[in-house]
Amino acid sequence: MKILNEASTLIKENIRDYGMYIALFVIMVTFNMMTNGVFMSSRNISNLLDSAGYIAVLAVGMTLVIVIRHIDLSVGYVAGFLGAIAAILLMQQGLPVYIVIPIILLLGIVIGLMNGFLIAQLGIPAFVASLAGMLIFRGALLQVTEGTGTIIVQNAAFNALGNGFIPSLGQILDRHLLTLIVGGIGIIFYIYSELRTRHDKMKYNFEVVSIGILALKLAFVSTIIGYITWVLAGYNGFSWTLMIVLFVTIVYHFISNRTVLGRQIYAVGSNPEAAHLSGINVKKVTYLVMASMSMLAALSGILYTARLQSATTTAGMLFELDAIAAAYVGGVSSAGGVGKVTGAIIGAIVMASLTNGMNLLGVGISYQYMIRGGVLAGAVIFDVLTRKKGK
Amino acid sequence: MAKTILEMHNITKTFPGVKALSNVNFKVEEGEIHFLVGENGAGKSTLMKVLSGVYPYGEYDGDIVYQGKVQQFNKINDSVDVGIAIIYQELALFPDLPVYENIYLGNEVKQNGVINWNQTIVKAKEMLKKVNLKVNPEVLIKDLGVGKQQLIEIAKALSKDVKLLILDEPTAALNEDDSENLLELIKELKKQGITCIMISHKLKEVVAIADKATVLRDGETICTLDAKKGEINERTIIKNMVGREMNNIYPERENKKIGDTILELHNWSAYDSQLGRHVVKDANLHLRKGEIIGIAGLMGAGRTELALSMFGNPKQYKLTGDLIVNQQKRNFKHTSDAIKEGMAYVTEDRKGNGLFLLQNITNNVSAAKLKGIANSGIINDNEEIKVAEHYKKSLHIKASSIEQMVGKLSGGNQQKVSLGKWLFAGPNILILDEPTRGIDVGAKFEIYSVMNELIDQGLSIIMISSELGEVLGMSDRVYVMAEGEIKGELSGEEADQEKIMELATQ
Ligand SMILES: Nc1ncnc2c1ncn2[C@@H]1O[C@H](COP(=O)(O)OP(=O)(O)OP(=O)(O)O)[C@@H](O)[C@H]1O
Ligand SMILES: [Mg+2]
Repeated sequence: MKILNEASTLIKENIRDYGMYIALFVIMVTFNMMTNGVFMSSRNISNLLDSAGYIAVLAVGMTLVIVIRHIDLSVGYVAGFLGAIAAILLMQQGLPVYIVIPIILLLGIVIGLMNGFLIAQLGIPAFVASLAGMLIFRGALLQVTEGTGTIIVQNAAFNALGNGFIPSLGQILDRHLLTLIVGGIGIIFYIYSELRTRHDKMKYNFEVVSIGILALKLAFVSTIIGYITWVLAGYNGFSWTLMIVLFVTIVYHFISNRTVLGRQIYAVGSNPEAAHLSGINVKKVTYLVMASMSMLAALSGILYTARLQSATTTAGMLFELDAIAAAYVGGVSSAGGVGKVTGAIIGAIVMASLTNGMNLLGVGISYQYMIRGGVLAGAVIFDVLTRKKGK
Repeated sequence: MAKTILEMHNITKTFPGVKALSNVNFKVEEGEIHFLVGENGAGKSTLMKVLSGVYPYGEYDGDIVYQGKVQQFNKINDSVDVGIAIIYQELALFPDLPVYENIYLGNEVKQNGVINWNQTIVKAKEMLKKVNLKVNPEVLIKDLGVGKQQLIEIAKALSKDVKLLILDEPTAALNEDDSENLLELIKELKKQGITCIMISHKLKEVVAIADKATVLRDGETICTLDAKKGEINERTIIKNMVGREMNNIYPERENKKIGDTILELHNWSAYDSQLGRHVVKDANLHLRKGEIIGIAGLMGAGRTELALSMFGNPKQYKLTGDLIVNQQKRNFKHTSDAIKEGMAYVTEDRKGNGLFLLQNITNNVSAAKLKGIANSGIINDNEEIKVAEHYKKSLHIKASSIEQMVGKLSGGNQQKVSLGKWLFAGPNILILDEPTRGIDVGAKFEIYSVMNELIDQGLSIIMISSELGEVLGMSDRVYVMAEGEIKGELSGEEADQEKIMELATQ
């Protein structure tokens, strides 16, 4: 009984944080029932996560951009353009993958610094500056693909980033071994870090949740990680895309939550003037966030090109809007200073699940747009309503 | 026997984790000036928000009886409709709109659904006359001083046919002249039959014009004092507010040990290229270790600008002259440079540029010295919590926990968080800009005591203040500013009210 009480107050207090997870859960279960289990099949989940990858990395960057009260509309065509450049470097210049990828990421950073210059240094509104960038890179994409049209990428290593899976090392119980191992390590790492946090808190004599609740939480999250791992191991295992997205998420989650830089980003978002007077370099933070955004756009371009195994003339179209939608579904606030990286990932998966599920059900594209629009509006309404009640 | 216009019965209002009001009873007679006093966080603003419908019927317990009828306001307009108008602690004007539009915003002068602007201007002029304000109704709000803005808020209330006017700390941001002006106006309105409820931490005002004063403490009504019975004097009010006798408003400082000069300005000027004029002209001043210097002057004298120009120049003024800190000439490029040299600046505008309102106390306190809670760039959350708990306790910050969002603290407690943030930064030169604005007597005393402690530890303080009492009570030396210039320097002994005002209005 006591545990139940504690759990229910915990959920009530953190409804905003848990809301998305609950929504995702409901969406998945519903689609699974409607499709008689096809939705949660190994193959479909694998497919779904891969298709969310190139938007998810954008959503992570976009969340931080929105946190500091800006926006970046150029990311879609930056991704498209840099994806095309990657294809050109690989196919026409014959450069190896391990040189092309750093070059592309670096180009992304340079583009981001230029955005930062316009926004932080010259004080141009981000909406306008990035709208200009959007037009410029759309043109640039057309320019570089003009002569050739679609550029087919015939490079197995590169294409694996969008289509390939981590090696198996053997099968066990008919499942993908390395995937199980990685999943297992993930669970152990998760449990370790939760226990460590608790231990640290006790060292400071702070209040901690009861052992019962902690066990419940650990069991719950571990089950979910375990289940997804198990499902994916039944098909081809973890994809490279998934590994990359996970890596990006962990790094960004760490930076935004646990570092001085992260704090500075949220401080600038909450109140730029107060941040400045507190000795935080607002310009520097803006540069960094914009640079990170475009670097992730470059990564998104790589993932997308690899997935299609080609660079097309329309690559990147509307990516920015999908990323912004994912960020908002994930709980970012345009008033600044609020929003989580993990939320953005969940947001991206929610949106991808909707598309995927509705495709499986054969819902017409016209309805798909309307429903996704409705979900976006619903998520923001939920956010606004729960915020009013916050502490 | 005067008629009772308002009675609030057993009002209880809780927020998650705090009971802001518990069974408060409050009674106001028609035509009186009734003050609501109490410590920071006592629940004064909350009570008035309940009354005006900000917290609608159903979100609180208890009854509001206004003009003999039980009222159930569901929104602010419901209270406006029956003649209740509230002017909040933070002004709610639109800086980029002209005076007349502001006065009639939300209450437009319409003919067949279309706004008649000419009529609006004519009517706005009438309202301005009622508040004795001589400004052109077509000027923009942002071009007026705070004192005038406050009067425009009142004009706005009058335009709605107000019977009960509520003012939440109207004089907190005003200098003495403007305050006096406002109080005169309130007395004028009283003659016209308007009832007025005022919240204030300036007890002098209460003594000067109150008919009654109700004291709240920790969300409960303590008593209602009556001027006719001679109960309204500072001593009685304070005793009821804090629950004990307080003999001094300014704590004694025992051993003054004043050391070497640690900050100097020579012919220091700051040119604001947006305004196209000098905001600081040819200032010369010095500050010694272990010393409090007061900077007095009227609103707009350039005191905040002077502080900012020294503190890393965030407004990007063009600076000339020398700034010498710790025996070296400095050319700070950023506020962080000034912080590194041990400077700290507690702003006068805590909501605007002091605090992160959507973040909790913890994150606010650590903001100016994130390195202090981090190891090679990685934050130690627990260390941070410890720091926040420390300042919550030592500064007596009233909050449900350090997790509470700063935006939801009462005004005075926000000020303490702002101060805590800078104390954690560990400065040796502390610039306090209106440090006790909106703070109750008890907390003022605490802040003054903290200042004295800091001085004993060898810090130096520059205190900008519009409250002459505080300048005189706390400073070792006083500089008086007007029009961006330092008009004079007075030693603690020779400084008095007349001399300061003479220099300030020169
Ligand atoms: N929206 C809110 N959410 C949570 N707590 C609140 C909220 N508004 C006020 N409180 C709490 O209610 C209490 C009373 O606050 P209130 O603003 O009424 O104080 P006050 O008497 O006006 O103080 P001050 O003189 O500092 O302005 C405080 O403890 C405050 O933290
Ligand atoms: Mg208040």
